[in-house]
Amino acid sequence: MHISEGILSAPVIITGISLTVVGVGIGLKKMDYDKIPEVAVLTSAFFVASLIHIPIGPSSAHLILNGLMGILLGFSVFPAILVGLTLQAILFQFGGFTGLGVNTFNMAFPAVVSFGLFRFLTGSNHHYMLMFSGFLCGIVGILGSALLVALSLVSTGDVFFPVAKLIVIAHIPVMIIEGLITGTAVSFLNKVKPEMLAAGGG
Amino acid sequence: MHLEPFAEGKSFIHSLDPRIKIIGLLPFITFVAVSDKIKVSLLSLILGICLMFLSKLNFKILISRLYIVNIFILFLWVVLPFTFPGEKVFSVGSLTASKEGFIYVFNITLKTNAIILSTIALIGTIPVFKITHALRHLKIPKKLVMLFFFCYRYLTVLHRDYNVLYNAMKVRAFKPKNSLQTYKGYAYLISMLIMKSYEHSQRMYNAMLCRGFNGKFPILNKFKAKRIDYIFLFLMFFITLLLNYA
Repeated sequence: MHISEGILSAPVIITGISLTVVGVGIGLKKMDYDKIPEVAVLTSAFFVASLIHIPIGPSSAHLILNGLMGILLGFSVFPAILVGLTLQAILFQFGGFTGLGVNTFNMAFPAVVSFGLFRFLTGSNHHYMLMFSGFLCGIVGILGSALLVALSLVSTGDVFFPVAKLIVIAHIPVMIIEGLITGTAVSFLNKVKPEMLAAGGG
Repeated sequence: MHLEPFAEGKSFIHSLDPRIKIIGLLPFITFVAVSDKIKVSLLSLILGICLMFLSKLNFKILISRLYIVNIFILFLWVVLPFTFPGEKVFSVGSLTASKEGFIYVFNITLKTNAIILSTIALIGTIPVFKITHALRHLKIPKKLVMLFFFCYRYLTVLHRDYNVLYNAMKVRAFKPKNSLQTYKGYAYLISMLIMKSYEHSQRMYNAMLCRGFNGKFPILNKFKAKRIDYIFLFLMFFITLLLNYA
């Protein structure tokens, strides 16, 4: 869900950069040195996962999984997504450097929201509740990003309104599938490596 | 997977100091990205093409990269002319395409391609490990650079893990369909990948502790900016400044 280069206007780009700087600053501050390997290798896992195309109806879409990233990484998701997007810009020229601020914020902010939501909902640690919270967080991640992308486009110019609307509508099926995958993944990790779910927020 | 198809080469651009290339590129692409004059976009596209030839990029891979980016642009060509108010060019049913809309999309197309060409020519020609090193010189926070370094280092490892897992699924007759079972299969695949990444990171952290890692990466090849690097940097700044008055 990147906005490519040369589309956004200067105020939107500058706002995106400032918000991302704040987010990354908080994320780096909260992340201890001994947490860096874990966050880094998880980021590579999500990078690889984002290359997977899954069938949706007659077409296919690639996974974003920012909800799941948020659950596992907490505030570190800001630097993690910044690194992932920078690598995508360098290696595949997706997104590019001028949109890095906006794109990072658009994906990382809903991830942080998912993190908060997950923490809030899973106080009792009941297994089905975990699964349901994961499902919800998967939806919140994509919905939030799609809305932020739409907002960035519309703030660039009203002419983008139909495009923005199309983007949000196109992401509704993606949302549901990411919800299903996030819910299943959370339940799996809870059985196999519960310390990963508890570790978030480092 | 081969991640850096443009990084190997012996052109003039390849031989420049990575720091200089990054510093030279950023103001230029930022300026192009926010400009809305066709003339500026056209001139910067010409500069991008020049840089592309100077760096002798692999043409086939370059075209495939440009193709992917321009698909999104194509989508804008279909939608934006009809939503932009202005002089009528033609109409389909109740929709009218405007001249201003076409000019707007044309400008975006030029800008995007100019930025991508110059980015591939200048950044794509630096091996990622050298970029990491250059980022430290450019005062990017240490934690962020370490994150970047380890993340890149483990991309290929996890991609291999992914292939192993996915092959195992295929051997068991997994076929992606629109079904709950497919999504469940992918969810388990991703969970396994996440688990493996966690285990890799624990092993890496322990190995680093064993070897007394103190947060420093010893570097053998130091960057050295030569006169030609400064001339290049000056030229890039000068062109960016000139574009301001175009």
